[in-house]
Amino acid sequence: MRHIISILLENEAGALSRVSGLFSARGYNIESLTVAPTEDASLSRMTIVTSGSGDVIEQITKQLNKLVEVVKVVDLFEAPHIERELMLIKVRAGAKERDDMKRMSDIFRGRIIDVSEDTFTIELTGTGQKLDAFIEALGRTAILETARTGASGISRGQRVLRI
Amino acid sequence: MELSGAEILIKCLQAEKVEYVFGYPGGAVLFIYDELFKQNKVKHVLVRHEQGATHAADGYSRSSRKVGVALVTSGPGVTNAVTGIATAYMDSIPMVIISGQVPTHAIGLDAFQECDAVGITRPCVKHNFLVKDVKDLAITMKKAFYLATTGRPGPVLVDIPKDVTVAKCKFEYPETISMRSYNPVIKGHPGQIKKAAQLLIEAKRPMIYAGGGVILSDAAPQLTKLVRMLGFPCTNTLMGLGGFPATDKHFVGMLGMHGTYEANMAMQHCDVLVAIGARFDDRVIGDPAHFGQVPRKIIHIDIDPSSISKRVKVDVPIVGHVPDVLDDLIKLIEAGKQRPEPKAISAWWAQIDLWKTKDCLRYDRKSKIIKPQFVLEKLYEITKGDAFITSDVGQHQMWAAQFYKFDKPRRWINSGGLGTMGFGLPAAMGAQMANPGATVACVTGEASFQMCIQELSTCKQYRLPIKVVNLNNRYMGMVRQWQQFFHGNRYSESYMDALPDFVKLAESYGHVGMRIEKPADVEPALKEAFKRTDELVFMDFMTDQTENVYPMVGGGKGLTEMILAEEL
Ligand SMILES: Cc1cc2nc3c(=O)[nH]c(=O)nc-3n(C[C@H](O)[C@H](O)[C@H](O)COP(=O)(O)OP(=O)(O)OC[C@H]3O[C@@H](n4cnc5c(N)ncnc54)[C@H](O)[C@@H]3O)c2cc1C
Ligand SMILES: Cc1ncc(C[n+]2csc(CCOP(=O)(O)OP(=O)(O)O)c2C)c(N)n1
Ligand SMILES: [Mg+2]
Repeated sequence: MRHIISILLENEAGALSRVSGLFSARGYNIESLTVAPTEDASLSRMTIVTSGSGDVIEQITKQLNKLVEVVKVVDLFEAPHIERELMLIKVRAGAKERDDMKRMSDIFRGRIIDVSEDTFTIELTGTGQKLDAFIEALGRTAILETARTGASGISRGQRVLRI
Repeated sequence: MELSGAEILIKCLQAEKVEYVFGYPGGAVLFIYDELFKQNKVKHVLVRHEQGATHAADGYSRSSRKVGVALVTSGPGVTNAVTGIATAYMDSIPMVIISGQVPTHAIGLDAFQECDAVGITRPCVKHNFLVKDVKDLAITMKKAFYLATTGRPGPVLVDIPKDVTVAKCKFEYPETISMRSYNPVIKGHPGQIKKAAQLLIEAKRPMIYAGGGVILSDAAPQLTKLVRMLGFPCTNTLMGLGGFPATDKHFVGMLGMHGTYEANMAMQHCDVLVAIGARFDDRVIGDPAHFGQVPRKIIHIDIDPSSISKRVKVDVPIVGHVPDVLDDLIKLIEAGKQRPEPKAISAWWAQIDLWKTKDCLRYDRKSKIIKPQFVLEKLYEITKGDAFITSDVGQHQMWAAQFYKFDKPRRWINSGGLGTMGFGLPAAMGAQMANPGATVACVTGEASFQMCIQELSTCKQYRLPIKVVNLNNRYMGMVRQWQQFFHGNRYSESYMDALPDFVKLAESYGHVGMRIEKPADVEPALKEAFKRTDELVFMDFMTDQTENVYPMVGGGKGLTEMILAEEL
């Protein structure tokens, strides 16, 4: 099953490679991994989308907690949560595609953030599924380039991940 | 006053009361060696290969409960040390390894003897550090010792660029340290301990399975008390030997791949299993699905949550430090009135005694060729069971584990998790350094011994009177055994041809060498060797080439699917 694991870790050189090294050494899946500093500059927050049986996910959280630089780990799937991903997508938008593209972008609540003679660059956020759906809807030939961030997530309501 | 990084490093080692550093010099660590030269509190032991340094530091730690410290140079120094670091990591041994690094400004430029020490060791250390600023050096050393020794112990590497050893700053060694991201649990959860106590009292076919965690946490007294109080059978893993006295009537021997018939049968058929500082290794329970066929309740005490429910699902997990958890458990049982039902327990023992009649460790005592088991029995007798025994890896290791009855912890020193050939001799050096005057013997095989044979020179330099018991079967016996059982007797590359004359070899290093070819000479030779308390004696026992280790659970087989010795 798919899981989103959020990790607070010391914002130190090498911490990222310890986490990614753990996943490769133990054969765990990584669907996506994102990381950036938090409001507290000494901490980074990492979001890993992974998949595995309950036992595997349990081992993953335990192994992550064992890393000395990891401060906290939560599996967002344990409770209601929100998941978002950002995609920048460059599409063909010559004279004949332009209107269609604009409409598609609007339907998916995308924003056109760059325009050239025959391209649009659209910014789109949502769940991974929504981004997939957008790509599907546009069709391969329309797409020039995509850049996706991988999912980021947060719990709903009162649950917070902080130290 | 400002001190250089090298001076600070030595001051840190002194503050940690480090007695010995096992090491080998080189360009990147020259300033550190210079500072070592100028003082005499921290003694340096010059090995002959960096693998030897790490194994010696490891043996020093295992035999003394202190931290083992090794010092190596950058590049090949640290790559040579990796085997020893990984060995310590797999067996959770507290060590601090200091490696030299090229100067900070040269890092990443493929400088001479540059190697990404932090990257290369990352998967086989508990943690590691690259110290980029001399101001961080003291606190990093403090963290290294703290991390190595607390929680689940393990090796910690500190990589120090050469310019950091020259740069200066004020020295202050922190008294204590805390890290927000690292808080090992010590006390077990009272509710869980209560559940455990209840299960133990209700058990009809109980089994206590204790491992290396008992040795690492010095919990032998608590374990012994618990077992005797309850009257339950107790088994030890290879890493746990000595955690419970082997001569105690409750001891059923080691379990696992080469465990006793009775230990493996009891492990499989018990109704309540208490795992204490043991990690359900594949060489211990065999195929987990086969193990899971019998329903039983499992209590698991371990300081590392990731050891729990990793290969086998448990019912009562207790995260904590073994001595603390056992103290609480013992108190709780003592305070209550309930006791295990004597009838059930004695019926269980009757079953175990029946299993014992298989006499699974039997061997041909009338053989005209020296049987390795016989040498070990005699070694046990002659050293009165009181020696520090290190071993290499192979059949000889298993026979030592089966035939030397360890009554005390930290006497049995071997590489279990990584299974590193070459471990025995340097580990014996460390054990002898930590225990001057004690009897230290290294049980080895002719193949393993050649992997760190160069350390015979170190033994001479430091006058280490180690007794080497070489069970020379002219084969990588353990490999040959697998080939015999599972590969149709095709002994592919397992014959040890062109062996040196070990007697002359020992002599050439300035030691005493002996060759023993007949069973009748075994005892006199051992006696003679152990009389020479200030010399290293190398005993080359020409043993039976065809002998196998029994019982044996084949790889991936169920724990009770044991191959037993043929009837004699
Ligand atoms: C040729 C060969 C054959 C082998 N055959 C066998 C065999 O027949 N039988 C056998 O048993 N082994 C055998 N082994 C060894 C095997 O590979 C494992 O190394 C060994 O079984 C592991 O022992 P352990 O479970 O006690 O765990 P260890 O590796 O000793 O781990 C210790 C456990 O204790 C925990 N711990 C550490 N400190 C504490 C603390 N303070 N409090 C609580 N818990 C703590 C750790 O987290 C860990 O889970 C063999 C090895 C070789 C090389
Ligand atoms: C460094 C290393 N290489 C290879 C192995 C695989 N291996 C395990 S036991 C063994 C043979 C050991 O032979 P020897 O030391 O003569 O001991 P014996 O089994 O004959 O007692 C080998 C090659 C290992 N454990 N370690
Ligand atoms: Mg051999």
